[in-house]
Amino acid sequence: MIARLLHGVPRHALVLLAVVLAILVAAPVFANDYLLTVLIIILYFAYIGQAWNILMGFAGQLSLGHALYVGLGAYTTAALYVHFGIGPWLGMPVAILISVACGAVIGFLAFRFGVGGVYFAILTIAFCEFTRIGFDHFDWVGGSSGLFLPVANYTRNDLLNLRGQPVMFYYVILALTAGAFVMCHALLRSRVGYYWQAIREDELAARSLGINTFRYKMIAIIISSGMTAPAGVFYAFYYNNLFPEQTFFILRSIEIILGPIIGGIGTLFGPVIGAFLLTGLSEALQELLTAYGLDTPGAKRVFYGVCLLFVVMVLPHGIWPPIARLLRLGRRETPEA
Amino acid sequence: MPADIYLNVAISGLLTGLVYGLMALGLSVIFGVVRVVNFAHGEMMTIAMYLAVVLFAHFGLDPLVMMLPIAAVLFGVGYVLQLTVINPFISRPEHSQFMLMVAMAIIIVNSLLMIFGPDAQSVQVSYSFDSFAIGRLIVDATKLYAGLAAILVAAALFAFFKFAPLGKAIRACADNYTGALVVGLDVKRLYALSFGLGAACVGAAGAIIVLIVDVTPPLGPAYTLLAFVIVIVGGLGSMPGALLGGVLIGLTEAMAGLFFTPSAKSMFAFAILVLVLLFRPQGIMGKRLT
Amino acid sequence: MPALLEVMNVSKNFSGLRAVADVSFAVPEGSIFAVIGPNGAGKTTLFNLIAGLLAPDEGSIAFVGARIDRLPPDEVCRRGIGRTFQIVRPFPTLSVEDNVAVGALLHHPNPESAMRRAHQVLLRLDLFEKRRHLAGALTLPDRKRLEVARALATEPKLLLLDEVMAGLRPTETDRMVDILKKLNAESGLTILLIEHVMRAVMSVATRVLVLHHGAAIAEGTPETVVRKPAVVQSYLGAEAV
Repeated sequence: MIARLLHGVPRHALVLLAVVLAILVAAPVFANDYLLTVLIIILYFAYIGQAWNILMGFAGQLSLGHALYVGLGAYTTAALYVHFGIGPWLGMPVAILISVACGAVIGFLAFRFGVGGVYFAILTIAFCEFTRIGFDHFDWVGGSSGLFLPVANYTRNDLLNLRGQPVMFYYVILALTAGAFVMCHALLRSRVGYYWQAIREDELAARSLGINTFRYKMIAIIISSGMTAPAGVFYAFYYNNLFPEQTFFILRSIEIILGPIIGGIGTLFGPVIGAFLLTGLSEALQELLTAYGLDTPGAKRVFYGVCLLFVVMVLPHGIWPPIARLLRLGRRETPEA
Repeated sequence: MPADIYLNVAISGLLTGLVYGLMALGLSVIFGVVRVVNFAHGEMMTIAMYLAVVLFAHFGLDPLVMMLPIAAVLFGVGYVLQLTVINPFISRPEHSQFMLMVAMAIIIVNSLLMIFGPDAQSVQVSYSFDSFAIGRLIVDATKLYAGLAAILVAAALFAFFKFAPLGKAIRACADNYTGALVVGLDVKRLYALSFGLGAACVGAAGAIIVLIVDVTPPLGPAYTLLAFVIVIVGGLGSMPGALLGGVLIGLTEAMAGLFFTPSAKSMFAFAILVLVLLFRPQGIMGKRLT
Repeated sequence: MPALLEVMNVSKNFSGLRAVADVSFAVPEGSIFAVIGPNGAGKTTLFNLIAGLLAPDEGSIAFVGARIDRLPPDEVCRRGIGRTFQIVRPFPTLSVEDNVAVGALLHHPNPESAMRRAHQVLLRLDLFEKRRHLAGALTLPDRKRLEVARALATEPKLLLLDEVMAGLRPTETDRMVDILKKLNAESGLTILLIEHVMRAVMSVATRVLVLHHGAAIAEGTPETVVRKPAVVQSYLGAEAV
């Protein structure tokens, strides 16, 4: 099976990947606490970005409410842990199930008539907002005052309950991100992946080739939402507090999509590169703003908006494609090549 | 509770709904003609609202009086925006358009946050606490004026599209882009005009609604979502539908606020959205989808 | 010989305009059947009715004996009808071979065998050398052949070709005619095509149907149809005969 996944991948790409992976695995040895925290954030967004990319980049459906699945994943496992002492790994299947159920409902409502992307996008925002307000009144999970996980001492690393030092969390999110990467690669080459891309490019033409577009769009949203839930689990156990206003906030959904868009929708590396760039720049900007005393609320987000604007206008396919061409990592040729 | 209270709340919701309808009307024009999904719609409304607040705070000018100037400013903003930034995106894939407008929305909301801060700002005119007694009903003066102003602006817009040559030209563009080109209409300019008109609607709605609602930056995205819900419920592409949808949502919000908690009122708008998508996806007044 | 496709009294209206008016015909298995007529005669509407994009207001359509009107387009394809579009619709950011592989996946779910099948089809259509090129960067004649290749990869019993010669130079038209004839002769593929290029129709079709204002005004072999006065008057002009 590994041979099948590796078939057709240029050798220098594999070498590059191996080097990057090695650096990431060894990072905690060289990185200070601050850098480690930043890396965790980068990998977190790289993970979710890949999950979102399946729905948008592969299948062409724009979801602007992905924070819903993160939130559901977070709250489910957090509530199970706080109220019943059920550990995050046991709670994860439940979290995934609930996320998938939501995704399926949203997909069904939007895809049933094959109506255009705007219906779907609006529906995703509406569901996330609905859930945000709903959770504000959901007292069993703390309502608007929030849900807090008991914070034990940090000296022991308890992988089973995800209690421990940042290093442990780092390797968990690294494993998740790497796993997602391999999964996306496998999906792209499978029948499902081909069908998704056909649907993304031209749904009508896809249908005339025998593709049941409704079914495959549903598969896309199910996989995407299910894959996003574990990020929520990570979020809950890493930050230890959840508030509906923050967790389901629309800006969360926008943060999720910024990485893949800047990196390159529909590509494998896009979400990862985008996450690195965005978080890196964002941290740098934060330093700059604090240094100049311009650290007003909203300044950083204006920066996000400007970045997004720039990418959308100048690099509509993201930063990755030109880099890929430079590194000669593309499989396809154009007549000029 | 006595029936009077229900009726008062309903009327209140209806009047607010008319202003929502005006806002959604702007979106209907933009989407119906230029076919751009304006995710910055609510944010444009908050610009108008803040304009009204500033004009009132510094010059004591009544928002109702400033409705037309503010609408004109927003018209200009929309016109220029369409002509310069948005036009190249017309032929681009849908998600590119979304992203462009989302980027604009983010910039607008957070710029407003930086300029005005997160606290709510409001306008207290001399009649802010007045009300009229019509029979057994009590109607807030601000809401009554707001509703009337919204109807007037909407009527003016309808008249424009029905009778003015420019309005008919715009409708021609919307119906048949290529045909319009062939006939010699300057489609680019008409698109800009349409976006400007849609923005003007939003501008007017924003100036009016400041009498009823306090403005904070996060109101932008909330109104964007509301505008889309209204337009989908009323029927994508139907201008009367936008007004009808607005009234419906206004009513729902008011009644929900009465029977449940006020903070849950937008949940009912979403519930209606889901119901519409389930049973009548083309909206109340929309055309049947193939 | 049993008819592969039977169109029976099919009509379609669009807000008062009768695009297809009570059309009936049968496409014999193994034939190359051409539908000709002036623009606006209802040819593409007819195709869309057969392919499942539209549902007839009256009448029925049967394929291999079973009714297919009112079925969605993907189901129609699964039953064995492939189609091309008048304005070609390639998947622009996918390569030529990926485009065709999408079609091949219908009957070859394994991506590797689908790709092998796609290569076979590309060889037939003379596109194998350009298989790695991006579909969006191809010239028009190549795109037309890609469209045919992609539809062929779904292994149809009946192939609907909508003005596949339009915009091609005479040499390219001859090349396409050649390919179609070979496909028909070697694999028994039934072809139903809309065409304006009479040169192609005369050399490739075994039967011809003429539509005018949505109604069928003539049907038969190319030679007989071309001489009918109604056809000459409505479409061909006296010089063509």
